[in-house]
Amino acid sequence: MLWRVAEAPGHIEARELTKRFGDKVAVDHLSFTVEPGRVTGFLGPNGAGKSTTMRLICGLDWPDSGTATIGGLAYKQLSRPLTRVGALLEARSVHPGRSARNHLLFLAQTQDIPARRVDEVLELVGLSDVAGKRAGGFSLGMNQRLGIAAAMLGDPKVLLLDEPGNGLDPEGIRWVRNFMRQLASEGRTVFVSSHLMSEMAVTADHLVVIGRGALIAESSTQEFIQRSSERSVLVRTPDQARLRELIVDEGGKVTQDQDGGMVVTGLEAPRIGELAASASVVLHELTPQLPSLEEAFMELTAGSVEFGDTRTS
Amino acid sequence: MTAGLLAAEWTKIRSVRSTVWSLLAFVVVAIGFSTLVAVVVSNNWTRPGPHPNQITLHTDPTAVLFGPGFGLGQLAICVLGVIVISSEYSTGAIRASLLAVPLRIPMLAAKAIVFALIDLVMSTITVFAVFFISTSILSSHVSITLSQPGVTRACIGAILYLTVLGLFAMAIGGLIRHTAGAIATVIALVIVVPPLITLIPGTIANHVHGYLPTVAGVLIGQTAQQPADVLSPWQGFGVFCVWTAVLLAACGYLLLRRDA
Repeated sequence: MLWRVAEAPGHIEARELTKRFGDKVAVDHLSFTVEPGRVTGFLGPNGAGKSTTMRLICGLDWPDSGTATIGGLAYKQLSRPLTRVGALLEARSVHPGRSARNHLLFLAQTQDIPARRVDEVLELVGLSDVAGKRAGGFSLGMNQRLGIAAAMLGDPKVLLLDEPGNGLDPEGIRWVRNFMRQLASEGRTVFVSSHLMSEMAVTADHLVVIGRGALIAESSTQEFIQRSSERSVLVRTPDQARLRELIVDEGGKVTQDQDGGMVVTGLEAPRIGELAASASVVLHELTPQLPSLEEAFMELTAGSVEFGDTRTS
Repeated sequence: MTAGLLAAEWTKIRSVRSTVWSLLAFVVVAIGFSTLVAVVVSNNWTRPGPHPNQITLHTDPTAVLFGPGFGLGQLAICVLGVIVISSEYSTGAIRASLLAVPLRIPMLAAKAIVFALIDLVMSTITVFAVFFISTSILSSHVSITLSQPGVTRACIGAILYLTVLGLFAMAIGGLIRHTAGAIATVIALVIVVPPLITLIPGTIANHVHGYLPTVAGVLIGQTAQQPADVLSPWQGFGVFCVWTAVLLAACGYLLLRRDA
């Protein structure tokens, strides 16, 4: 008989998660699942509730209703939680008067992690040279690295990273991106938030998209991009009425752009050309349009941006 | 709670300058001010005029020995008690702490134990240093020894008072979570409110005054019961402990309830 303890799966699961601050709903019946072995992007405009959701998952904030579990357990039920879950939160969480090494040391002591692991993670994030320096003197980027070191301290199977690229230079951003991909390839669960679609497009395998605290989309990154960047075609013709009729009959949709052109969706450019030729309609322009990912994202989350709220939740 | 949590709280306290400076301030102020007073009393011993201190040195010697130095030095303990917990909130370090200890209460318990032990050790050193320095300065005029009735109890009492005072301040720091507000509150409770209450005439006010946390608490540092005291030394200390325990319980309750 094979005595093997099943490795606790590193799923993150949110079920109907809801959090209010006063009369403002920060997270609104949010449900999603984050699978191990891939990078899952948590995408939404600033103020959409990403940070609050992460804090709810980590047991720092209490939900008004709903549950968040990691491997089937609430965060507070985890023993030695830093060895299961590593979290980099957006808000600062280091005493500025304490050295990087002492910050990591006290965290290690709470989990009975040997002190030599502190030097390992400092090495990993490239902070060994400033390990004895007070964190208050650190740049934004160095603070992010210290946060990542803290998240990696317990060599956890699950990582939650809230805007890890914040304050990093392009080289640092590339480093974080490769680091996350590597962690996922090792079978870990990587859940990373960002308000930048472009960043997630090259980092994440899967996406959870939210706006105003509610789920907008949950799909693979590829699927999300295909779905949201629906192809449209810009058409210019002197005989708009005739062509419009032909396109609508064929199942396409026509909207007018501000320069007098027609934007057609639902039909490919060659088919529009054929329709025009069959009816002897002259075309002045026939251009397939590819909206940028950023545009697609903006469109999808339009109406879910919180204005006038300077504090990212 | 594990040894690891205690070690972690020790690391937190020793790795920040403000806590180290507060402890140093406590020792220096307590010993320095007590010594100054003892020297002045000694130098003025034979001068004409009323010397209330000389009388008190016979009826309640520790009141003269400890009163000035610890009356002032205790404020450093109050500040330290507040900042060991409020600084976690002001700097955001509380988030790292609670990610590591999501059940929260073990973190608070470990912090209370480690801080109380540090407070106890520093108070023991300082109280006995003050006692021996001051009594040796005054030895040509008055003999005060630990074997006299009530003196040893008063010394131990002063140590216990300073230790519980630290926890009292820590509980308020954890309740209020803002350093400045918590320090102001503690200082008000310790040195502003008691004399104001005595301005109210009547026996009820007298009893209210007697049961105030630090008014009750300092009784254990007296050598002998004074006529105006509402409580005995140990009763007073018990009242102070109850205040502190209630505040710590409230601190723990809110720590569990509130978002970090």
